[in-house]
Amino acid sequence: MSNEQRPGLYLHVPFCRSKCFYCDFYSVASSAAIPAWLHAVRREVLLYREKSHDFDSLYLGGGTPSILEERDLAGLIECILEHFTFCADTEMTMEANPESLTEHKLRSIKNLGVNRISLGIQSLDDRELKYLGRIHSSKDALNSLAMVRSCGFANIGVDLIYGFEIQTLQGWKKTLDRILEFRPEHISCYQMSFERGTPLWKMRQAGRARSVGERLESAFFIWTSRYLERKGYLHYEISNFAAGPEFMSRHNRKYWTHVPYLGLGPSAHSRLGGRACPGGKRWWNVKSIRKYCQLLEEGKAPVEGSEVLTEEQFELERLALGFRTSEGVDIHALRSGPGTDKAVAQMLESGLVKVKGGRLRPTRRGFLVADSLPLMFCG
Amino acid sequence: MQHIRNFSIIAHIDHGKSTLADRLIQHAGLIEARQFRDQFLDNMDLERERGITIKSQTVVLSYKSKSGEVYQLNLIDTPGHADFSYEVSRAMASCEGVLLLVDASQGVQAQTIANLYAAMEHNLTIIPVINKIDLPSADIEMVKEQIEHDLGLDPDNAILCSAKEGTGIEDIFEAIVSQIPAPSGDAGKPFTALIFDAHYDPYRGAIASCRVFDGTVKPGDTLLFMSTGAAHKVEEVGLFRFSREPQKELSAGSVGYVIAGIKTVADIRIGDTMTLESNPASSPLSGFKDVKPVVFSSIYPISSDDYPSLVDSLEKYKLNDAALVYQKDSSAALGQGFRCGFLGLLHLEIVQERLEREFDQSIIMTAPSVQYKFTLLDGTTLTVENPQYYPDPTNIKSSAEPFIKATIIIPERYMGTVMKLCLERRGSNPRVAYPTPARVEMTFDMPLAEVVFDFYDRLKSVTQGYGSFDYELIEYREGDLVKLDILVNSERVDALSLIVHRDRARDWGVQVCDRLKEEIPRHNFKIAIQGAIGGKIISRSTITPFRKDVTAKCYGGDISRKRKLLEKQKKGKARMKMVGQVMIPQGAFVAVLKSRDDD
Repeated sequence: MSNEQRPGLYLHVPFCRSKCFYCDFYSVASSAAIPAWLHAVRREVLLYREKSHDFDSLYLGGGTPSILEERDLAGLIECILEHFTFCADTEMTMEANPESLTEHKLRSIKNLGVNRISLGIQSLDDRELKYLGRIHSSKDALNSLAMVRSCGFANIGVDLIYGFEIQTLQGWKKTLDRILEFRPEHISCYQMSFERGTPLWKMRQAGRARSVGERLESAFFIWTSRYLERKGYLHYEISNFAAGPEFMSRHNRKYWTHVPYLGLGPSAHSRLGGRACPGGKRWWNVKSIRKYCQLLEEGKAPVEGSEVLTEEQFELERLALGFRTSEGVDIHALRSGPGTDKAVAQMLESGLVKVKGGRLRPTRRGFLVADSLPLMFCG
Repeated sequence: MQHIRNFSIIAHIDHGKSTLADRLIQHAGLIEARQFRDQFLDNMDLERERGITIKSQTVVLSYKSKSGEVYQLNLIDTPGHADFSYEVSRAMASCEGVLLLVDASQGVQAQTIANLYAAMEHNLTIIPVINKIDLPSADIEMVKEQIEHDLGLDPDNAILCSAKEGTGIEDIFEAIVSQIPAPSGDAGKPFTALIFDAHYDPYRGAIASCRVFDGTVKPGDTLLFMSTGAAHKVEEVGLFRFSREPQKELSAGSVGYVIAGIKTVADIRIGDTMTLESNPASSPLSGFKDVKPVVFSSIYPISSDDYPSLVDSLEKYKLNDAALVYQKDSSAALGQGFRCGFLGLLHLEIVQERLEREFDQSIIMTAPSVQYKFTLLDGTTLTVENPQYYPDPTNIKSSAEPFIKATIIIPERYMGTVMKLCLERRGSNPRVAYPTPARVEMTFDMPLAEVVFDFYDRLKSVTQGYGSFDYELIEYREGDLVKLDILVNSERVDALSLIVHRDRARDWGVQVCDRLKEEIPRHNFKIAIQGAIGGKIISRSTITPFRKDVTAKCYGGDISRKRKLLEKQKKGKARMKMVGQVMIPQGAFVAVLKSRDDD
């Protein structure tokens, strides 16, 4: 099995101290169900144990994994390591938030093999943090970042949000500059988006929040890409920057390249490839801690739905995901024909892609319209 | 036969024709109240929505008169729009009399007069009915005065009625039986019947609606269609009540239907005379006019795979709409389709909507055109109703376009705006008459081409609904006619080309470019739209690209969601027409010619 094809293992920790206004990931702002959930996760681990693979990434995401007590965290990781096989150089990531991350937790998980921390900082402006519904201060965030580094983590990712109405470009630069002082190995810069069902979505419906508009969003995006590339980061996916190829998120890249992954925990998605179904099979867990625990209690897989991709669907996804990365799309893998030639010519002419190494690679302006690029090859 | 009356209701649009028909049906007890839906005769959804009658429907009413005798009244409903004058003429040829309905507050309108003339041409008995007398704005004396002076009818004969409230209905029934003559005809002569309508029943095939003039027809007879010579064995004859009601026979004077195992559409010609093979009539009945389409447009399936299904739908549709003519056509931009001739713009829109709704077709219609005539240098003449066939301009000696006499009746205060509108549309030779003190009748000579696009809508809009419009073709007149091409990102879209008068070319060019800018969604690249005559660009507009549509995150759970959205967009794209990389929505091809109210 080539390194590129090794599967990844994801565990969703659906608990947060409080819900951020923009977030649509599944989590609850209560710790009451943690013991039952921990129990259920162990059952789910056992359910898939027999089909264990040679994983090369483990990702504890959420939610807020750092909210768990030190012994629970350690117990979970030990359980996973016991029942699944991982390669020697596995990338083990844990997401963390400043308000719940402690030095003890950090040292304990580091001893178990966690070698990458993805820290949810979002902003270093207290007014902005409040707007986003974050419960930590900028000072907490900076302290956490320093702490992670001092605990010896050599691969740190920082999550930031930008392009929202109370933020200026100068304010955004100030946040980035302070983050850059720490030289994190990875920075995710997410443009603010209004996701259905979130408090921000409702605020926008009620006219109390608005987007900054397409033009400003584009300006922020292009500036950010240029600035971080000038600072030595690779803009390797729409929202992701790495200090070097070795620091690209190994786990997340599996999502974009159709490499198999197993997702544990409520709302987690899994994908299997293989010869049996060339388009791949995907399934997803129930989006309810209660149902998740109940199904596992009954000895059933906590799966809510699944899909097997047709070749056509697979092709559409491959294009959609490809154009979100700097790798782009293999030009020879495109269906040949006059339609494709015209689409490529149009994309080149309007500066949305460049051809390099036999691949169509999106430019910055191409990244900005990546959602519409695959459609240019349809019909 | 002495107890049969065949009549029709004619009126200007919105003067209450369908409401009156409903009331007559209800009064005659044909339909139980619980079965009754308002505007029974307008039973197509489209008709209900638009409040107009498109297809004629026929119904038999039983009426017991004050003298105690029972009459069979055949009500033949007629369409109420200028586009459908052919259908009106077919209905009238089957009648002996009409109710001429006039709105008590609006008075005599252009269509009232046109309908009156048509009824007179068929020598029908005309009973004026003043409707909507319940309205606070009703002015009965004014309308009576108009009936006398504009229509030349005896106002003392006019029946006052409120179809909505049911007043005057009894008077109308009495007038029908006493004033309209019984049909004449001889049951002993060879069978002759006029087909005035036809519709398709999936179980019975083509069903002909007819008026029997002489003789008798019954199941088992062999019908002969006089124009085609085709013979068909009669399976069933009957009357239209709430539904079809089979009879032993249909004889002289009656109005009913004939089912004769006619499977193919082409076998029924509206306007044809039916006779019997065993004892044929010596000559067909007269009185029907030829259908003359005046507006032409092409229909294409959105997906070329749907062409066979469009062929089939058009054939079936044609059975119910004798006025539509069509032949094969093809376009570089839109593929294989049909060039169709329509009675007018409303007719065109109705065909489009019915093909989509009733036949589930996804179609594109191109800009409407009239029929132009070109004389070439070598002396040959060409008739062109499709801009694709506009001749090489260096070979053209002269060109001509159809002109109409447009008649517009309006309250006096709108004279200025209507004059301006008509002059903008190349109207000439304006004449003004004052049929009644407060109203003006304006007539213009106008090119038909300037009227077919959206003239009626514009007139309605500038006169706040008070303007009424009627027209008749007068002649072809010479004019400098050029072809306006539309280029989208430098690619010529043949389906958007127009033949226009040189003086108006720039106006149209600007309008089409501006409207396309509104109709075509933004893409992720810049789109240039240009209007050109020959190689010369005369108008342009630009659609700026959208800059951003990308979503910030795309992890495990986001991927399926994103793909589903893409699949949906892909389906939406399949409903668009591609010109190069540009997606053009289907509606754009006709919308380009409609000016907006705020223009």
